[in-house]
Amino acid sequence: MSTTLIPPAAKLARREFLKTSAALGGGLCIAAYVPELAAAAAGPADGVFAPNAFVRIAPDDSVTLILNHSEMGQGIYTSLPMLLNEELEAEWSKIKIEAAPVDPAYNHSLFGIQMTGGSTTTPSEWERFRRMGAMARIMLVQAAAQKWSVDPSSCHVEKGAVIHAASGKKATYGSLVNDAAQLKPPQNIPLKDPKQFTLVGKPTRRLDTPSKVNGSAQFGLDVKVPGMLFAVVLRPPVFGAKLTTVDGSEALKIKGVRAVEQIPSGVAVIADKFWAAKQAREKVKANWDEGENASLSTAKMLQDFSKLSATPGTLAKKSGDPASALQSAAKTITAEYDVPYLAHAMMEPLNCVIDFRGDTAEIWTGTQFETIDRAAAAKVLGLSPEKIKLNTTLLGGGFGRRANPDSDWVVEAAHVAKIAKAPVKVVWTREDDLAGGWYRPMWHDRFAAGLDAQGNPVAWTHTIVGQSILTGTAFEQFGVKDGVDSASVEGAADLLYGIPNLQVDLHSPKIGVPVQWWRSVGHSHTGFSVEGFFDEVAHAGGKDPYELRRKLLANQPRMLAVLNLVAEKAGWGKPLPAGRGRGIATHFSFDSYVAQVVEASVEKNGDVRVHRVVCAVDCGRAINPDIVKAQMEGGIIFGLTAALKTEITLDRGRVQQTNFHDYQMLRMFESPAIEVHIVPSEANPTGVGEPGVPPAAPALANAIFAATGKRVRRLPIRPADLVTEGTSKS
Amino acid sequence: VTSFFVNGKSVQVDDDPATPLLWVLRDSLGMTGTKFGCGMALCGACTVHLDGKAIRSCVAPLSRAEGKHVTTIEGLSSDLSHPLQRAWIEVDVPQCGYCQSGQIMSAAVLLHENPKPTDKDIDEAMSGNICRCGTYPRIRRAIHRAAEMAAEKSAR
Repeated sequence: MSTTLIPPAAKLARREFLKTSAALGGGLCIAAYVPELAAAAAGPADGVFAPNAFVRIAPDDSVTLILNHSEMGQGIYTSLPMLLNEELEAEWSKIKIEAAPVDPAYNHSLFGIQMTGGSTTTPSEWERFRRMGAMARIMLVQAAAQKWSVDPSSCHVEKGAVIHAASGKKATYGSLVNDAAQLKPPQNIPLKDPKQFTLVGKPTRRLDTPSKVNGSAQFGLDVKVPGMLFAVVLRPPVFGAKLTTVDGSEALKIKGVRAVEQIPSGVAVIADKFWAAKQAREKVKANWDEGENASLSTAKMLQDFSKLSATPGTLAKKSGDPASALQSAAKTITAEYDVPYLAHAMMEPLNCVIDFRGDTAEIWTGTQFETIDRAAAAKVLGLSPEKIKLNTTLLGGGFGRRANPDSDWVVEAAHVAKIAKAPVKVVWTREDDLAGGWYRPMWHDRFAAGLDAQGNPVAWTHTIVGQSILTGTAFEQFGVKDGVDSASVEGAADLLYGIPNLQVDLHSPKIGVPVQWWRSVGHSHTGFSVEGFFDEVAHAGGKDPYELRRKLLANQPRMLAVLNLVAEKAGWGKPLPAGRGRGIATHFSFDSYVAQVVEASVEKNGDVRVHRVVCAVDCGRAINPDIVKAQMEGGIIFGLTAALKTEITLDRGRVQQTNFHDYQMLRMFESPAIEVHIVPSEANPTGVGEPGVPPAAPALANAIFAATGKRVRRLPIRPADLVTEGTSKS
Repeated sequence: VTSFFVNGKSVQVDDDPATPLLWVLRDSLGMTGTKFGCGMALCGACTVHLDGKAIRSCVAPLSRAEGKHVTTIEGLSSDLSHPLQRAWIEVDVPQCGYCQSGQIMSAAVLLHENPKPTDKDIDEAMSGNICRCGTYPRIRRAIHRAAEMAAEKSAR
């Protein structure tokens, strides 16, 4: 069984940080109980009840929750308050949200650093947030009971008030803050029986929606600091190229331009306003020593990867005797699959504001990696991390990009801040974002399967080629075991299907393109290739792809339930309009089980139409079912975009895509009807942000096969390959 | 100096008249509800109304606004009472929310010109606005819902 709850990068980060902050290891929850630490962490105003690092209750009954995870669309600014308020039972409309400062009290309870990622927020906070809410409630009840000289157990709470039913006494939380603040935190904090939940499990409107429909939501790019300058950076045309000469004289002639200076990542152009900086950048004359990456070509890599996949790689998984099982099989099939580099392309381009005051600094940015970013900026600015206040803003999309192992955009902004002599906002343009690297790796997957005389798969081998995300970083020693980066083989080495002879091996070529986790990480390629090839195996054996999955998932009850639900809701096997096909796929990731059925057709010119997607998910207990649905919907669109639209290619070392005209997103007119069905569960909650992505591309590819008989083994899907009449589309 | 109206208020700015209206709104007037996504009129995040028509402010020079009325997301209503805002809240459309100002401003022009849009009308009016979070199904639902709300209001 996979351990994707803790992505490998984070696992190592956890160890890394536990080493340096041993006192916190295993005591992360305890940290939140220490009042001194809590006070230091979020600095409550006088007269505010702050029982722990996460809750602030003011005399006016307002309840402020300090949230230690970043809101990037996944809804945790609503689901975390739901967890906490399930126990606190404050009035929902009185709850306000604040982003936590950087402090050990706010560390991820699994990873030991402050961060958001790996679809772990709700699973990791499921207990802690309820406990923090219960702790505050217990103290408020005790304060009221003391005041009334009654037994706390004779009181109950309701909508932000403590009530003593026998005497009819009632006190709002706000009226109890002074008394509650005098009390010691309780030692024993029992939690509700889930049967008594009144908030958790109920579709609940997001707390952040009003601010996102009137322009008031503050993203990093919206931060305003008095006296703030703006900067853009001219970065090299080839990854790793070194600046040899720079002439900023023409750029400096533009009105409002303050400085044109070399920094490690390129040339910083600083001006009074963004537009002046951007125009000035176009006038900077720079020469580069392009280095060895100037010959990089993804067209050549495509061939190289295929050749490499024909040779044995480092073993990631072996069960049974795949070689002899293949040899003795009644029938064997083979196939190769390819997926390209992909950019995260969040709608809000990267940006960072830094006010460097010499002995202290303040940073504003939308980040998923607070601890790492602050430490990295501190190093550049020559400060200790505690001298830096980092403010996490709302994130205009993240998808992994804002959890950069090198803190690339924050480090760069720190270098700019050192020369700006004023607060400065570094802004990336869309062109900067797409050419900026840190992509989902390009992958090649080579499969062979052996079928017995009845058409059942008895052997499965899978050779993966693609860059390791962790190798070459500080995390390598922890995340890569025996030459295998577990992020490269997740979703492949932990195959749920009962195939007796299984082998997965891996090649991790070193290539000078920076790569990074991208929504669903390794599953973003294994979901496509494994489920596509599985469909091929089913057809080769004369089996219905749904029925074969059922059969081979007999020992996986949760996935089987998801599969059966999606097939039922999608009407699997029922007639479709002429020209349409149905495809099915399942994928287990981030400890959640997802299955999807896509209905699609292909126009004569090869254009693909996706009509309908039905999704079933088992993510344990759904904290906010509407958010779970929204994340599946979004994950499906994200997966279909990768299937139909996007690829980053390099020629002579240069990224060829520049903006949304050549890095196209799925748009409204291409967006299918989507239905999401949640399997009721009382298991602990599991990941939701990422697991909707992996099945979408293979379900579509399998639907195209059902509709046309043409097998899609390379993404993005090329209409030219699917043309049925006339000349191919260019 | 360029003079125009933003959400009914008269403003004067001394930016270069070639500066895109987006950056005048954001950096000179401090109105950050209008977003930057691409700078090439490809994503719609910067959509505002110029004399009632939806424009992409990232490619519209300031000079184009001279003497005209610009409406931004901040000017849609002062109290979240616009049917689109109410529908967006009811359907819980936004995820990250970054593109939603532009989505709503595009939808506002659609509903103004076509109070009862079909799915096809929505496809045509809204396909210039990208949402990377994939909220399209909810945007569609919310536009239909806003059309209903507006109809209920005018029927009363």
